[in-house]
Amino acid sequence: MLENYLPVLIFMCVGLITGLVMILLGGFILAPRKPNAEKNSPYECGFEAFEDARLKFDIRYYLVAILFIIFDLEIAFLFPWAIVLEDIGIFGITAMGIFLGILVIGFIYEWKKGALEWE
Amino acid sequence: MIESMMSFVMPIWEWLPMWIQVLVTNVFFIVIIMVPLMLSVAYVTYAERKIIGYMQVRIGPNRVGPRGWLQPIADAVKLMFKEIIIPTNSNRFLFLFAPMLSMGPALAAWAVIPFADNIQLADVNAGLLYILAMTSMGVYGVIIAGWASNSKYAMLGALRSAAQVVAYEIAMGFALVGVLMAGGSLNLGDIIDKQAGGFFNWFWLPLLPLMVVYFISGVAETNRAPFDVAEGESEIVAGFHVDYSGMAFAVFFLAEYANIIMIAALTSLLFFGGWMSPFGSYADVPLLGNGFHWFVIKTMFFIYMFLWIRATFPRYRYDQIMRLGWKVFIPVTIVWIFVEAVMAVMQIGPWAV
Repeated sequence: MLENYLPVLIFMCVGLITGLVMILLGGFILAPRKPNAEKNSPYECGFEAFEDARLKFDIRYYLVAILFIIFDLEIAFLFPWAIVLEDIGIFGITAMGIFLGILVIGFIYEWKKGALEWE
Repeated sequence: MIESMMSFVMPIWEWLPMWIQVLVTNVFFIVIIMVPLMLSVAYVTYAERKIIGYMQVRIGPNRVGPRGWLQPIADAVKLMFKEIIIPTNSNRFLFLFAPMLSMGPALAAWAVIPFADNIQLADVNAGLLYILAMTSMGVYGVIIAGWASNSKYAMLGALRSAAQVVAYEIAMGFALVGVLMAGGSLNLGDIIDKQAGGFFNWFWLPLLPLMVVYFISGVAETNRAPFDVAEGESEIVAGFHVDYSGMAFAVFFLAEYANIIMIAALTSLLFFGGWMSPFGSYADVPLLGNGFHWFVIKTMFFIYMFLWIRATFPRYRYDQIMRLGWKVFIPVTIVWIFVEAVMAVMQIGPWAV
């Protein structure tokens, strides 16, 4: 069974190598390379950059990231559940209903607290 | 001639160690998948400009080659000979690594796509899980590119894009759970076999809300209009790849279009029967019956939908995008999964397993 995954692994390597080759070929062999200080300065519409670009950003991005982790894990749990649903029947639905219910309560709380509001 | 060549080549081939034989065979098949894919990417860009052109009563590119057919080739050559500018403030390694990281998964996801009956590079059990994982990897390329560029536009674009992609990925994942319930397997070949029997046996009918959610999430995942705030020209120039030029930009571009084709192909596989013919009773007749050409036609149709949507809808505001993702799609999919599960277990309607 595991040998079926070998082409997948090779394909991943080939994908990365293709990207590498294209950048090397395009950027460092075919293309000119004449850097200068002005050309290499960060793009900011003609101004000098005022401060470091890695600035503080909105807390809501963190909230979205945390919500994403929770829900993505939930999907990871739902995947095997969905496949064996025929075999586990009502018991499976109840168990997943309770699990989803708890998460949905959290989701509703988050919604009411305004974590999903932008602007 | 061919026979004499074969008799010359075969002993050398058999003399090679086993692992080289396996490697060469696999790379050969990978190239067979990748070359048409790259060509499709090139001509999707041409189709995009041409189709949107005609939708806006313009002609579109028509100067390079007959009716502009060589335009994508000319674009590729131009990008190849452009300098890659690496900004002074950037993190050089990550800056060049990010395009590769978006390219790798965008291509690798094609390993498990069934193109026709039993024509598939890797027939793996966890096909759909693998595709979900690979399409999620794309967001790393975006975040790393935005961070490594060390430019404010790139940073803002990357943040927006990442938040949007993860929000829609959840809706997408839930839609896939619905497909799994109907298909009863993670193997893409099995999911298609379950849809045998013509147009009304495909999953789009019992899973209609999930199909709509999946396709719209796909549009949002690939950062396409009307969800393209991450690259909104009028606000943050080009988003996360504002500092990229030449081939480094081209790699991002290729990855984005490979992802578009991927989403279109997946929509046709999961909801529209892949290579199944819409005329169920003619399944064995050539052309009318099942075959690779149906997969291509369906995929092309959904790519056309992408372009059509882009030409039709004005851009969403960022808060509207987040509201649609979190407050509309996720509740809709959760409810539909629950309804589908109950229906399937109670043996009601077309959902009975």
